[in-house]
Amino acid sequence: MLDSTFFALSDPTRRAILARLAQGEATVMELAEPFEMSQPAVSRHLKVLEGAGLISRRAEGTRRHCRLQHQGLNAMEQWLAMMREALSRNYDRLDGVLASMQRPSRTPDKKGRQR
Amino acid sequence: MSRMKLTIEGDRHVVVTRHFAAPPESVYRAHTEAAFIQRWMLGPEGWSMPVCICDARPGGSFRYEWNNGKGGGFHITGEFIELEPFRRIVHVERMHMPDPTPDNHIVTTLAPDAGGTLLTMRMTLPSAEVRAAMLATGIEHGMEASFVRLEKSIL
Repeated sequence: MLDSTFFALSDPTRRAILARLAQGEATVMELAEPFEMSQPAVSRHLKVLEGAGLISRRAEGTRRHCRLQHQGLNAMEQWLAMMREALSRNYDRLDGVLASMQRPSRTPDKKGRQR
Repeated sequence: MSRMKLTIEGDRHVVVTRHFAAPPESVYRAHTEAAFIQRWMLGPEGWSMPVCICDARPGGSFRYEWNNGKGGGFHITGEFIELEPFRRIVHVERMHMPDPTPDNHIVTTLAPDAGGTLLTMRMTLPSAEVRAAMLATGIEHGMEASFVRLEKSIL
């Protein structure tokens, strides 16, 4: 399951399709529009995304509607992993900023040293 | 590895704790003064914060804009609700992707801890829809590095 997810996310067109679907359901035609790509080509990308459990498709008359499949993309673990990654990088950098604040500043004032 | 801890509290909150080897005053200033914020609140590698406006007083607002130098970007706006110097910051914020996400209410507390500071940040877990949108935005804007690392940590 994870393998197919990462394969699905490895392509910029598929990522753009997901970003578009995050804003709401869309038809295949609407999804094809921003890309200079035929509908069958877009459909191939959609098949990969569907296979990875990231989107679902349903037919309504002659139209096919696509939507994000929340269990796939939205798995709490993935969101938390992204959050954890961004925060721990931030805090590692903050360590450096704090260390530079501890050193006497180049323009000393009475707050320059605290400990 | 990182001394950061991230836990889920109930089904609505995320609590993050992290120790810093600096006094609460420094940690507080690093969270409330634009010149410092701009140096560390950057997220994944390759991102910068070209716009950082931070009016740290109760009712004051802030705006942080990020971009990855490849045409990807987003911003967060928010307002400060309470500020207790060197101890506590309460604020709300929302991401614009470009539509704003629902407000996230965040309480940051700083406590003296083993010669340094223990930071505790308690925030509201975004809804399933917002998480999906954030993920997709992150993916679209080149945060897939996180996913690659996640994959490695799982395999």
